[in-house]
Amino acid sequence: MREDGDPRAAALGLLRRDLLLALRRKPDALAPVVFFVLVASLFPLGVGPEPELLRRIGPGVLWVGALLATMLSLARLFAADYEDGTLEQIALSPEPLWLLAAAKVAAHWLVSGLPLVVVAPVLALQYGLPADTIAVLVASLLLGTPVLSLVGAIGAALTLGVRGGGLLVALVVLPLYVPALVFGAGAVDANLAGTGAAAHLSLLGACLALAAFFAPWAITAALRIALE
Amino acid sequence: MLAASALECMRGDRTLFSGVSFALAAGAGLLVQGANGAGKTSLLRILVGLSPPAHGEVAWDGRPIGALGDEYRRQVLWCGHSNALKDDLTALENVRAGAALAGRPVNDAAARAALARTGVAAQADLPVRSLSQGQKRRAALARLALARARLWVLDEPVAALDAGGLDWLAATLDDHLAAGGLAVVTSHQPLATRARFDTLRLGP
Repeated sequence: MREDGDPRAAALGLLRRDLLLALRRKPDALAPVVFFVLVASLFPLGVGPEPELLRRIGPGVLWVGALLATMLSLARLFAADYEDGTLEQIALSPEPLWLLAAAKVAAHWLVSGLPLVVVAPVLALQYGLPADTIAVLVASLLLGTPVLSLVGAIGAALTLGVRGGGLLVALVVLPLYVPALVFGAGAVDANLAGTGAAAHLSLLGACLALAAFFAPWAITAALRIALE
Repeated sequence: MLAASALECMRGDRTLFSGVSFALAAGAGLLVQGANGAGKTSLLRILVGLSPPAHGEVAWDGRPIGALGDEYRRQVLWCGHSNALKDDLTALENVRAGAALAGRPVNDAAARAALARTGVAAQADLPVRSLSQGQKRRAALARLALARARLWVLDEPVAALDAGGLDWLAATLDDHLAAGGLAVVTSHQPLATRARFDTLRLGP
């Protein structure tokens, strides 16, 4: 009496549910982007209005800001589902868990990654970055923030049910974020220096491809262990 | 259909239970009883495949559930101790999200009908946070009304239910067993079903 389910409907249903939850809890959902805006706006005030200096530190500050903002929202990624028992239902779904995990990561990126990409050009103006550099910044964040969500979800799944999970996520995930940070900020720097950002962006794209391939599998394994 | 052989469960280095064996045929129900902390929930989690037993094996149709994977999960409905409802979503949205996860998406009308059968139709469009404990339990149990799974594994389903809820649950379990389904239930109260449930007692 085997009946075929509908993996696509299950994944899309989970994605829609998470987006709806974000919509119902706007303050939580807006926290990362507000944090990003605050950090990126405070730096020019702190280091002074010297255009040359601001242009030098701009790419790094914006990338670190985006990275920390993403991390802010990681702790709740699976924890809420874990606490109310929904995660058990997700794990026991007949549809593949890696697909459902990928749907949750996609929702996380849409809620906390994409808004960072959208506000980044405005924030970049404070650092006096030229237009073509801003375009590279947006491209690097567009490739990089999904990496942050995918890799961060592994950390969130690994630290599920652990006390002080928030800090632990940061410790687990930060080293894994380094390549994305180096290539992402590097791409913007390279464009500023006039050497072309293509190489850095290609490497960042490779990071994304690797993360998209391995992260769902790693998240699945970590979730199954957390639920044991 | 469902067979457990020599199951053992450890918590740290303490043995919760060992040597638990039983077989359930189609249309049979099993009531798991035992004192608090005897390992009822742990046994149920092993049966649905959430946690592996320290020893022993669970088999479905003669094959170990680990090897069956999603084929087994398609046959199982699990209602854990927590309701698996999202406080910020309405009861209706919760039912639809749950059904989609179980691989059988339903439309609004079907979800409403399921809620009506558990007696919370009037609360269908309210956020779950505003429901009482019993109403939340009823909303969670609405997934029984939509289920096509053969094996129902319910952990304390009667908790927080009133007399009407108990009657509905008993009738639903009876229908399920009469249709050839299987059920493993923990409960501290009698279930009030017409069908007879075998009893498995954990602990001393």
